[in-house]
Formats: sequence, structure tokens, C-alpha cells
Amino acid sequence: MAKREYSYYPGCSSQKKASADNFMRSANAMCDALDITLKEIDDWNCCGASIGYAGGGEIPRLSLSARNIALSKQQHGDADIIAPCAACWIATKEAEERVEHNPRVREGINAALAEIGLKVEPAQMPKTRHMVEMLVEDIGLDTIANGKKKGLEGLTIAGYVGCQTNRPFGIAGESFENPKYLDNMVEAVGAKAVDRYAKKVACCSGALMFSEPEKGQALVRDIIEAAYDGGADMIVTPCQLCQMNVESYQTDINKRFGTKFNIPVVYYTQLIAVAYGKSAEEAGLDGQIIKATKLEALAGK
Amino acid sequence: MTQMNQAMIEKYRSSFLKEVETNVEEGHWVKMCMQCGVCSGSCPLGPHWEHPPQEIFMMIRANKRDEVLKSSSMWFCTSCYNCIARCPRGLPITHIMHGLASYSKKLGLAPKSQPTESFGQIFWNSIASNGRVNELKIGLALQFKDGFGQGVKNAMAQKDLGMAMMKTKRMNPMEFFGGHTCKDKSGIARMLKKAQEVEDQHIANYGAGK
Ligand code: SF4
Ligand code: SF4
Repeated sequence: MAKREYSYYPGCSSQKKASADNFMRSANAMCDALDITLKEIDDWNCCGASIGYAGGGEIPRLSLSARNIALSKQQHGDADIIAPCAACWIATKEAEERVEHNPRVREGINAALAEIGLKVEPAQMPKTRHMVEMLVEDIGLDTIANGKKKGLEGLTIAGYVGCQTNRPFGIAGESFENPKYLDNMVEAVGAKAVDRYAKKVACCSGALMFSEPEKGQALVRDIIEAAYDGGADMIVTPCQLCQMNVESYQTDINKRFGTKFNIPVVYYTQLIAVAYGKSAEEAGLDGQIIKATKLEALAGK
Repeated sequence: MTQMNQAMIEKYRSSFLKEVETNVEEGHWVKMCMQCGVCSGSCPLGPHWEHPPQEIFMMIRANKRDEVLKSSSMWFCTSCYNCIARCPRGLPITHIMHGLASYSKKLGLAPKSQPTESFGQIFWNSIASNGRVNELKIGLALQFKDGFGQGVKNAMAQKDLGMAMMKTKRMNPMEFFGGHTCKDKSGIARMLKKAQEVEDQHIANYGAGK
């Protein structure tokens, strides 16, 4: 496989011992298997996430992502910035869009960046892409399918795309209402994708899970119920916040709604890592609160 | 009522739409809305919105300044981007909702103790002081925002989850004493301060020149 290099930053939740620690371990294992080198942007900062608007206005929020863009340019030239996190991806792309199209915002951002000796210029910024785009567009799902060491036979998986990996930008060529890439990825590693998973692009409530738990948990209840209805053994998602929201409140949801949920929620990177022969630990499966037992068994084989 | 709010009322007395166009993120799009209602049917927490987005846009044009800026509605936006994907007029609705919420807060009009407003502020403070989010401290600050007694109760209710996060190495109790930060914290603080000044200046100048 051809060697590839990208600029990247993990994002807050995927740092060591943060809530998506196991995501990053599996992503590293996957990149190792696919001969991808991710060069971290030194001293990257938080993108402001979506909820940052409550504290920071437009220019402060966008300045955060502009700083990451400027640092990436300084350190890694025109290399694409790979965002493994949907919120980072969106925030960085939005900053690029406003810098390109809104002169007032651009001037404001650059006045702020000047304080630290940085600058962003239209048509000069590296492109920011989601890690999924890197896999689908640069590597190709066929290549991933052909290179795998083992098929994840016997697993039925609900591909939960969620909101922000899908909207507003999405993956080129996919529809907003029924994107197929995650199902295709599941099939590429030899598992069975739940057909017509009803809550594929539903919202997990995002950051409102923290501020409005009852309302958020009601949304997640429906997402899990639909996965069971589709006969899923587990749910797979590309999004760190979706993973956290759908996996870790199942006990609370069971209490609140009298359900008996106990379904593992994994990342696509974990499926690929296991299919490429990585151990359960390398694939970050020790980070599941609800153990993905069947996937672990395959990893041990 | 804040001074800035008073100044804005006087300046834009006859047109809240103008005020939104000048001062609210992506506010210049509001006049493009054709009232089809697609956005209002798209919000995941729709039943909890006092005024769904379509109604907010209508109210802005009808000069209902107080009703819009004091509403809790925008704080129920989950940033799901359903509306943007579907709006036939291409309005960046998500950003306008965030912009209205943030503007109402700047003017001191946002509803008091709105949970998402409080959580978002805690989140932002973590970024502004470290450059990165400290999940543990945010979690604790959120649990303890209504005082110590309530905080202990909240923390106990969530202790199983906390233990599970630690056991799976997805939370580090040591984060409490520092934790993830940027090296150039002071630079980031300077950058954000300047960004804030630029933004406030734009509002204070009534968007003059731009
Ligand atoms: S979908 Fe667009 S045009 Fe239709 S009501 Fe909402 S903002 Fe207006
Ligand atoms: S992004 Fe906000 S306004 Fe738009 S549909 Fe989702 S919740 Fe509603």
C-alpha cells in the first residue's frame, strides 16, 4: 500500500485518557495497518465545538480553528488536515469558509491571530478533511476490503452515522438522509450491515445530553431501539460524541424508560483495526464500557 | 438591563431585522426565509422549542425583539444541521440560532439559569483558560453549579459512570490537577481577548463601514 502522510490533530476528546482515548488508539492501529502517517499539529487547541457559542461569539470561536489552520500551514505546509472528530472537522471547515467569503470576519480573525504572529489567507489554507473522507476517497473501501487479514463474519452491525459527520458537509456523493459509506465500510470488513437502520442519521442530542439529560436520553433510546429492531449485535459510529452518548447512558436509560439495553457501541476504526489483525487492546476494545464481546473474540483469533 | 442593550434599542428602534443583520452571526440571511416551515419540523428537540426557527425568523421581521432575545428557544438547538441540509433557501439556520443565543447573552437578555447556557459557558471557560477542554473539570463544574449539596447529589448519581470511565482509561482523576493544556496558553488568551474586542467594536460602531 502506498505510504501517505497527513497533518492532523486528535481533538480534545481523543487525547490520552480523555473520553475517546480508545478511539485514538484504534485510529493509530488502523493507520499503522494502512501505512498512513498522521503528523500532529504541535500545540493545537480546542475547536470550540458546537456548544462553544454559549461563551464565545463568532470571531473568538472561529479564531480558535484559524489558529490550528495557521499552525498546520506553518508546520506541515499544504498537507491536508485530517480531523478524526466531526465537531473539529465542521468548526475548522467553517472557519475556512468564513475566511474565504466574509472579509469582515477574516479581518477580525487576522487581527486576533496577529497577537500571536499568525495569519490566515484565502486560497492559501490547507484543506481540512474528515478521517472518513481520507479512507473513502484516498484509500478506497475496495482496498480496505482486499487488504484485510480476516473478515468479521457473524457480526450484524447498525451503522449509526449521526449528524455532524453527515451534515452540513457530509461525504462527497452521499445523501444526507441515507448515506451509505458506513454500511459499505461494515461490509468491507466482512460484517453484515443492518439494512435500512431507521435512526442512521438521527441526532444523539450532542452536548445537550449534559444540560438536558432527560430529553437527550429519550433521543438515544430511539436510536438504540432501532438498532435492536434491525437485529444488530452492536452499533458502529464515526463520531466521538455519538459514541459517548449512545454507549455510556444505557444504564440511566434503562432506569428511566424501563428498557433492557446492553448494546456495544464501537468506532469504525476499531472494526478496521480488528480486521487488519490488531489485538483487542490495540483496537481500544478495552475502552468499551459495554464490552464488545463478539468483536473481542474475533480480535483474539 | 445592560448599557449595550439600551444603546441597541435606541439605535435600531424601528428595525430589529436590521439589528440582527448587523450584529448576529449570519444574520444577513434572515430576510431570505420564505416561511416554508421545513426547519421547524427538523429540530430533534422540537417539542421543547417555545418558538421554532421559522417562527423566530417571522418574529424578527415583526420587530418582536424582546420575545426573541428573551426566549429559551435557541438554547434547544442541538447543532444537528438538519435544517441547513433541508432549507430550500440555503439559510445557515444553525449558525443564526447560535448567533441569536450568543447575542442575547451579550445583551444580558438570555433566560437565567438556562442549563445549556450554563453548560456552554463552563465549556468555553475551560477552552479559554487551557486552550483545550478539561472534561473532568467541566463535569464537576456542571454537577456543582447549583451549589455544593446538589453537587454531591449529582456526583453520586453519576458515580457509576465516572468509575466506568476511569476503569476503561477514558477519564483520568489527575486531570483535576492541571491536565490537558496548550503550551501557549497566554498567547491563546491574548488572541481571544483581541477577537472579543473586535467583535464588540463592530457592534458598538453599528457595523459602520462594513
Ligand atoms: S426551512 Fe428555510 S425557508 Fe423554510 S422556514 Fe426554515 S429558514 Fe425559512
Ligand atoms: S441545527 Fe438546531 S435549529 Fe437546526 S434542526 Fe438542528 S436543532 Fe434545529
